[in-house]
Amino acid sequence: MTQAPPRQGGFIARNRAAHPAALHPPYKTSILRSPRAALLAFPSSLSEETGPVFGQGLLGPLDADMITNFAAPGESAIGPRIIVHGRVLDETGRGVPGALVEVWQANAGGRYRHAKEGYLAPLDPNFGGCGRCLTDAEGFYEFRSIMPGPYPWPNGGNDWRPAHIHFSLFGPSFAQRLITQMYFEGDPLIPLCPILGGVTDPAALSRLIATLDMKATIPMDSRAFRFDMVLRGRRQSVFENRKEGL
Amino acid sequence: MQDLIETASQTAGPYVHIGCTPNVAGIAMYGGDLGAVMRTGPVQGEEITIIGAVHDGMGAVLKDALVEIWQADAAGLFNTPHERRGKADPNFTGFGRSAGDMQSGEFTFHTVKPGRVPWPDGRLQAPHASLWIVARGINIGLQTRLYFEDEAEANAQDPILSRIEHRGRAQTLIARRTAPGLYRFDIHLQGPQETLFLDI
Ligand SMILES: [Fe+2]
Repeated sequence: MTQAPPRQGGFIARNRAAHPAALHPPYKTSILRSPRAALLAFPSSLSEETGPVFGQGLLGPLDADMITNFAAPGESAIGPRIIVHGRVLDETGRGVPGALVEVWQANAGGRYRHAKEGYLAPLDPNFGGCGRCLTDAEGFYEFRSIMPGPYPWPNGGNDWRPAHIHFSLFGPSFAQRLITQMYFEGDPLIPLCPILGGVTDPAALSRLIATLDMKATIPMDSRAFRFDMVLRGRRQSVFENRKEGL
Repeated sequence: MQDLIETASQTAGPYVHIGCTPNVAGIAMYGGDLGAVMRTGPVQGEEITIIGAVHDGMGAVLKDALVEIWQADAAGLFNTPHERRGKADPNFTGFGRSAGDMQSGEFTFHTVKPGRVPWPDGRLQAPHASLWIVARGINIGLQTRLYFEDEAEANAQDPILSRIEHRGRAQTLIARRTAPGLYRFDIHLQGPQETLFLDI
């Protein structure tokens, strides 16, 4: 399939300060679901440096189009039409080709298509709420959707999630596995969100917020938002304590 | 040179199955869920099934978790184009994803017993699978490993298992053999049995 990549060293240790802590009490569910013991740190081995690689053969023609991929023939999802695009890079600044990007979101009214969803906003019969695509040779991805609505959720007495799209990312290594959420520039709910409040580094938080991209906006059709993501990177030195060929 | 910083993780939330296993969530998409089948034909080695559950700090089983597995084939090779040591079993993907049963919360992987994979210094690791756990309330995906109870000799030499100071904690990484070809692996997020999670 693809050419073997240049020989790389092990993974750069994860910068945990850029992530929310496992325990963030304002997000109440984290209280019983956060490990309390220290994580055990180890250098990466082949088990973490490899991972499943997905090809274009996985994808159907509508997978990246949430406006139509669940809609009846000739119909489309209700809501402000948007393009979400960007680039997936690793920590060394290189584009990540062939990364699988899976997304899911609420509909324009803030309602998910899920058996456990209790919000009174209606379902949109033409909106399923999931999509996926692969990054191209330079790491760029693009999908089409509708603007998700904010929604209330049971946590504090009156908590609302800012409008967001959930992202799941596969780089070529299992060590790079990441799930995150993308928010929208200018949303006044962002500073109020107990989940987003777990990201205490303002720069890390700002990188989760997509920006309106007028250059990619399609006139009379869809606004565009740009959202770049960074996956873990590997050391470049070949002078490592490892045997040839590993 | 480290020029960029990894994107901050965010919880997978209560609806992760819409995005990652939509068919389990009742949304017919993609012609099936990714990672639902690990054995795509006759495989080399021993076919095994791994069953388990994720438990919270009060001992309750999570019913909204997503567990992923990544492992070598029976010969210790990974099914990826980046594998340089040989060609992995083409009928074994090495990757599985389980939403867990909607009622019991139990995850299941129909897989094969993995072979041994080298550590960076050339020593052999004991047979193991890498696991990744996400759910509502988990702010950053949890990495751990599953080893096998019936590989005591290999486990004793494993570079990770042998370096864990507290033996009780090492035991949290060992799947119990409950029947021929059947292993049980419970993941405890907190408490006296808290699983050893890895920063790898
Ligand atoms: Fe959400």
